[in-house]
Amino acid sequence: MSALFILIGISLFVAGSFLAAFIWSVGNGQFDDDYTPSIRMLFENQPKESTTEKKTNQNKS
Amino acid sequence: MLLNENDLCTYYNIDQSPGIKAKGKFVSSRFAYLEDESIIDQLVQFRSEGQMNVTFSLPQMHCSSCIFLLENLHRIEEGVTRSQAHFERKEVFISFDPTIISLRKIVELLAFIGYEPAISLNDAAPKKKSTYNHQKIAELGVAGFCFSNIMMLSFPEYFSGGEIEQQGLKETFSWIILGLSLPVLIFGAKSIFVAAWKGLRQGIINIDAPIALAIVITFGRSYYEIISGNGAGYLDSGTGIIFFMLIGRWFQHKTYDAISFDRQYKSYFPLGVTVLKDFKEENIPVTRLQKGEIIIIRNEEMIPADAVLLQGTANIDYSFVSGENIPVNKKNGELLFAGGKQKGGAIQLRVVKEPSQSYITQLWNNDVFGKSKNKEQSFIHPWSRYFTAVLFSIAIGGAIYWWINDPAKILPVVTAVLIVACPCSLLLSATFTFGNMLRIFGKNKLYLKNASVIESIAKVQHIVFDKTGTITDTGNALVQFKGTSLSSAEEEWVCTAAMQSSHTLSSSLASHLRTDHFKQAPEMLYFSETAGKGLVAEMEGARVQLGGASFVDVANQEHAQTSSCVFVKINDTYKGFYEIGNHYRPGFKELSTKLQLNKFRLHVLSGDNDAEKNNLTQIFGPRAPLFFNITPQQKLAYIKELQQKHQNVMMVGDGLNDAGALMQADTGIAVSDDAARFSPACDAIMDGAVLNKLASFIDYAKAGKNIVMICFILSIMYNVVGVSFAVQGKLAPIVAAILMPASSISIVLLVTLLTSWVAKRKGL
Repeated sequence: MSALFILIGISLFVAGSFLAAFIWSVGNGQFDDDYTPSIRMLFENQPKESTTEKKTNQNKS
Repeated sequence: MLLNENDLCTYYNIDQSPGIKAKGKFVSSRFAYLEDESIIDQLVQFRSEGQMNVTFSLPQMHCSSCIFLLENLHRIEEGVTRSQAHFERKEVFISFDPTIISLRKIVELLAFIGYEPAISLNDAAPKKKSTYNHQKIAELGVAGFCFSNIMMLSFPEYFSGGEIEQQGLKETFSWIILGLSLPVLIFGAKSIFVAAWKGLRQGIINIDAPIALAIVITFGRSYYEIISGNGAGYLDSGTGIIFFMLIGRWFQHKTYDAISFDRQYKSYFPLGVTVLKDFKEENIPVTRLQKGEIIIIRNEEMIPADAVLLQGTANIDYSFVSGENIPVNKKNGELLFAGGKQKGGAIQLRVVKEPSQSYITQLWNNDVFGKSKNKEQSFIHPWSRYFTAVLFSIAIGGAIYWWINDPAKILPVVTAVLIVACPCSLLLSATFTFGNMLRIFGKNKLYLKNASVIESIAKVQHIVFDKTGTITDTGNALVQFKGTSLSSAEEEWVCTAAMQSSHTLSSSLASHLRTDHFKQAPEMLYFSETAGKGLVAEMEGARVQLGGASFVDVANQEHAQTSSCVFVKINDTYKGFYEIGNHYRPGFKELSTKLQLNKFRLHVLSGDNDAEKNNLTQIFGPRAPLFFNITPQQKLAYIKELQQKHQNVMMVGDGLNDAGALMQADTGIAVSDDAARFSPACDAIMDGAVLNKLASFIDYAKAGKNIVMICFILSIMYNVVGVSFAVQGKLAPIVAAILMPASSISIVLLVTLLTSWVAKRKGL
């Protein structure tokens, strides 16, 4: 049963570090915008292809 | 074109109707003031050799494609290093290299792709970032963390009935609980103590006072029990109550990122102005504009200060200031007021008053704008006074009973009564009701500044309306033709002629006549316009004259007194006239009838002339007071006068001319066709399309009070159960731990269901 004391300590430490991470992220502004990032991720797969195309376009002109 | 060049064609794959408006036409010198170093300094947030950061507000941002386009600015322009959109706030953050591209170029690019940044005098003021929300969320996080851990550590106590075999385990748990409860007491409950203290200092017992008392007693007794080692305390319930109340406060604190409720004239006025110095044009910030300077105002630009016209044809649209929606023609030497917009060519003015001293800005010197609105206390505060009185009498009654029977039980019983009868359920029912109602109002496009506006709407007796832009729809004018009917070809000629002019009447006439079946527009041979008077146009086969009676030279002048008539002459034959009337918002007549049936008194204050008097009498009935040619100051005074008769007044208006009245009224609602766009300081912003629902909104606000009442009765029932345990001295921590979440959760559920159900019944 004395293992319980250690386990409680560990669990509180783990939970506490999550709380600290949460407070840090709040202060960091991660919860300020809850809409735009959901749209932004839809665009993300595009840059590679377009940079190569851009080059060819520049060559043409 | 522009998109294609830069490989942004996929833009169109993302949204079916991206709806980009390439507003390519703007006078290139319009943003010239952005070259001024002091203006740049005021606008940018960060500045170094090779980097400049700036945030613009873009009211036009409306769809996901907008985000895509704005975040890909670096592919369109070389110097942009990064751009990040914030959709809810309709803002874009741009980081760029000032050695490659200037701030002006960035703004011009944004304007070119259809997102002209709204830069106003207000942006120059130092910005303060609100950390309010951050702190609220952090408090909530801490309280939630501590509460859930305390709950978990309390389980052994509940199930074992207070007996735990393992030596020292019970004490350890108690001490950990004590440690965990401290941040909740200090950090989480701080706002409750502050509010209670503020109330007490003003001699008012608000709802926070009995709650603060309950918290102090709960925590005090629990700490005593834990430290002396003869009990587990009620810290689980205590932290739970604080956590639920913090959720309620956060839920009620709904904010609309894209909407600003406290705008003043600075938000409307331009940041820069073109000044003529030594025959050279120069751009300076408006704040540095001085008396006697000569300024140049171009088409669609706003006059920033009261000034005298020196040169040019002034055709000033004062709709913003006075509500008058037809541009006024001014002669040289006449005084032009700040806030007017020039329609037509460039004009030169000599400034006679500094911007802050102008006619319209003087409205803001009124006391109303200095003090924050003296909000009446919410109705839950008087209730909490009765509640506190009843609570103390029960506690004293219990104390007397146990003093006779078993004096040792006095202290436990009294503290137990005060712990269990905490009026937090009353606070919870109010915060959740109003929070949910705010959301439902928001869904119906009525955006309230905060929850107390719901209560002030519920108390309204008088409703004062502004005319132009509020009950009339400026976008759609009602056009009627009177005279010998025109053939299709003749209509086409009139339409073509009207399209050449930028006068408001011409443009509403043109948009009325424009239909699809018109063939190729006839070729224009000759066109001349006398600003504010009329126009002459010659085209294939016809000579069209449009304008006022005197301009068209009509013998029959019976309607000449109303300014909103356009007389038509084709090939020197008088055909008749178009009467361009105000178009009232659909459903407004029904609304006014409904409101009057519900015993609301309606008033109309219009800055416009009385041309619409007959129509308004039809809508509002013969008894409603209608006033015309009212100045902004008079509007304010009128509302004040009503209030002095102890009447509760709601003002519904738009534009700057209503700003004083909106501020003075108990409830000021600004009507706007686009909520994210400009509207003066007010308590609520309403989308113009839902004005006809005003009666339902008021009804719903009234129902809100009843909902809080029902939940209050429910919470009293819980309290009766809890108190009956407490007075017998049987309040085990487990009873408190069951009652607390059960009452809180059931009240929150009931409130949510009731508010949604009532909203549905009211058609919201």
